[in-house]
Amino acid sequence: MRAPAESGVVRTAAWDPHDPRAAAQAAAGRRRQAWRIYGLFGTLLLAAIVGAPLVGSTPLDLRAVLDRTRPFADNLDAQIFFIARLPRVLAAGLVGATLAVAGVVMQALLRNPLATPFTLGVSSGSALGAMLALTFLPTWTGGALTSVPLASLAGALGAVAIVYALAQVRHRGFSTDVLLLAGVTLNAFFSALILLVQYLSDFTETMRTMRWLMGDLDVAGYRPLVIAMGLLLPAAVAFAWLPRSLNALALGAEQAGSRGVPVLGVQRLAFFAASLATGVAVSLAGPIGFVGIIVPHLVRLLVGADHRIVMPASALFGAAFLMACDALARLVLSPVELPVGVVTAVVGAPFFLWLLIRKT
Amino acid sequence: MLLVFVGACRPREDARATAEAATAGPRVVSLVPAVTEMLFAVGAGPQVVGVSSYDKHPAEVATRPRVGALLDPDLERILSLKPDLVVTYGSQTALHEQLARANIATFTYRHGGIGDTLETFEAVATRVGRGDAGRAAAQVLRAQLTGIRMRVEGQPRPRTLLVFGREPGSIRHVWASGGVGFLHELLDVAGADNVFGDVARENIQATSELLLARAPEVIVELRAETRVAESPSPWLALPGVPAVRQGRVLALTGDQMVVPGPRLGQAAEALARALHPDAFAHQPK
Repeated sequence: MRAPAESGVVRTAAWDPHDPRAAAQAAAGRRRQAWRIYGLFGTLLLAAIVGAPLVGSTPLDLRAVLDRTRPFADNLDAQIFFIARLPRVLAAGLVGATLAVAGVVMQALLRNPLATPFTLGVSSGSALGAMLALTFLPTWTGGALTSVPLASLAGALGAVAIVYALAQVRHRGFSTDVLLLAGVTLNAFFSALILLVQYLSDFTETMRTMRWLMGDLDVAGYRPLVIAMGLLLPAAVAFAWLPRSLNALALGAEQAGSRGVPVLGVQRLAFFAASLATGVAVSLAGPIGFVGIIVPHLVRLLVGADHRIVMPASALFGAAFLMACDALARLVLSPVELPVGVVTAVVGAPFFLWLLIRKT
Repeated sequence: MLLVFVGACRPREDARATAEAATAGPRVVSLVPAVTEMLFAVGAGPQVVGVSSYDKHPAEVATRPRVGALLDPDLERILSLKPDLVVTYGSQTALHEQLARANIATFTYRHGGIGDTLETFEAVATRVGRGDAGRAAAQVLRAQLTGIRMRVEGQPRPRTLLVFGREPGSIRHVWASGGVGFLHELLDVAGADNVFGDVARENIQATSELLLARAPEVIVELRAETRVAESPSPWLALPGVPAVRQGRVLALTGDQMVVPGPRLGQAAEALARALHPDAFAHQPK
């Protein structure tokens, strides 16, 4: 066993927190580092935004896409680009960023590196809602909203309410342990109900519900995106406010409290914001796994644990990552598509493991 | 408790009733709705002593005990019906072994195209001692299909999308027939070209991009049951698709559209009538 001083963390020992000049230098260094990371991930995202709509099962002529002289109704390239691909790529970006940030917040809130946006039962509640709608609800359209996304959002919010109530009962505060256990149990319970619903449904419905569970970004229009963005707004505001408090929370609730952080309020806000964000993302695109755990860890491996950097960086990288995965899903077996959830896991897991081994 | 007791007894009584009705030939349990229909069509209905959870046709199946289906065959109940022959799916290997141990013969159903349906028709009829009736019924079905083919001959063949499932109220998760299987072949008989005819799969998830790119001139939606009409039509989200622009999105209802059995002729005719109303204009329905 080597002594801690020899294990490569010598630099921190040399830093004196009471030296204002050194502190200022370190802060400036961190800022530069942060901007480099934003630059890197921003470039990746830009590449994804530009590149992803250009690939697909149909070869597109970009000049035809942008040709304003032809009426849109007769311009197949433009229709494919603007009706099918662009909304889809934007959905991937929105869902990727949302799940990645929700993952960061859940991991900080539960102080558990294995936490994901789906840990507290939000996604399985959402899935149960969708399954019930797909299996039992007759066709129902309420203007802009259709039964399945609506039921899935309702399921997500229902799950959030149950978990929250459980974490509150018998605890005057907000027990993250109870939260975690309740979430995991609720996940199992909802999964059992989902299986039951599938078992009771017809063959064709079973296929549809299975497909829903694999995640799908083909939203075919901008309306679902606009609705989702509207619903995500409160969560986004909360996410913007949270990073500093989450940093304090990472030291433990007591430490954070002694530094003047309103621990209970922060925990509640983090819980509701991450849950709402997850619920909206899942109702838009189904439970796309792996983004919410792999992206935060990957980003942390690159930029450290400061939530002020991790959260925006995760949003950028999450968006780029899911856009890229969706592009792959569209291309590999074209014209047949792979479920994007399968791609995120198959691509993400080995990459993550490689990074993990390389870093340690 | 009482309900369980009643539930357990009921099928056996039914079984006895059907057993008495059975005149001759083996007692059959069918886990495959298409084959159940075939058995009834060749007059072997009284021999059918058990059917799957999904059997709906003919109406008499309602009186037969249900013994599960592809994923959940109830071996105990099947054995209790004392069948001589069980019609199963090819993938039910565990069930095959169990039935073999109980010395019960199996007839393995092979899902495929119209040709497979015709072969199955003759083969299963022969197995229950009604080979002649089976050959005759297959011949009738063949003649029906040929008749429809001839009726629509010379008509323009629209590029058609055959949808058999999608998310209610939207055009997400559209499942359509690929270039393999009886639905694809039915479309061909009914005088249309499948837009996914080149995809060597039985079904394909048609994304909005594929729908736009393949540009079907007609969209036919198959539904097992009547649904509430959707208003406005979710297909309007893709106004560039010729079928949508020209208002040629058709819905066909009825489980004959999804069961590759003796009613394939009816299914093909319904499809042909929907696609080519002119070809049937001067004929009584």
